[in-house]
Amino acid sequence: MDVLYFAWVRERIGLPKETIDTSAVTVADLVEELRAREERYAMAFSDISALRVALDQELSEFDAPLDGVREVAFFPPMTGG
Amino acid sequence: MDIRVQSDTFDLGHEAQVFAQRQQGMGAVVTFSGIVRDNDQTLQAMEIEQYPGMTLSQLQSFSAQARDRFSLGDVLVIHRHGRLKPGDIIMMVATSAPHRVDAFQAAEFLMDYLKSRAPFWKREIAKDGSATWVDAKSSDEDLLDRW
Repeated sequence: MDVLYFAWVRERIGLPKETIDTSAVTVADLVEELRAREERYAMAFSDISALRVALDQELSEFDAPLDGVREVAFFPPMTGG
Repeated sequence: MDIRVQSDTFDLGHEAQVFAQRQQGMGAVVTFSGIVRDNDQTLQAMEIEQYPGMTLSQLQSFSAQARDRFSLGDVLVIHRHGRLKPGDIIMMVATSAPHRVDAFQAAEFLMDYLKSRAPFWKREIAKDGSATWVDAKSSDEDLLDRW
């Protein structure tokens, strides 16, 4: 699946998008997998209460299942307007 | 509904005028616009990042919800992204309704959702070159509870 990062999450991880092969069942499982990869991921995901997640471009929750999802995006709380 | 996400600037007066003129049977038009602010004269630029695709679908979804909730004629939303300077226009919302209460409330509803649920992120670049991501305000998040 495609994993996208925006704003300071993108800056900390150092890339806007990557394709990942994962067997993670939920978003939280995917976060655990990413955290274990490298320090920069651990930094970006150190406090998930400061993050939001979208699944296939719909806002979602960290306990949501990833079954059938093609695009996951992680980002800080939005500041539009 | 007319929903646009763009990097180019736009003419607030012209957009408001065109929007008002194409309404039929609407007694009220409300417009709101957001401008890049520089309170202490230290801001060089504001950069607005977006999630392409999702921004447009979210704005369309909020506008559809506003039309379900309020007695509305039409909705216009224009939101810019990219690098903006102090004093530049960031976005506008216009609503039309038979009566003013619905037009005002729908504009506030759209703004509250746009602030906290549309995937835009603002970064301020100071004159000394340092950059800071703008934090979301809990007061903005709290405003969603009123709807």
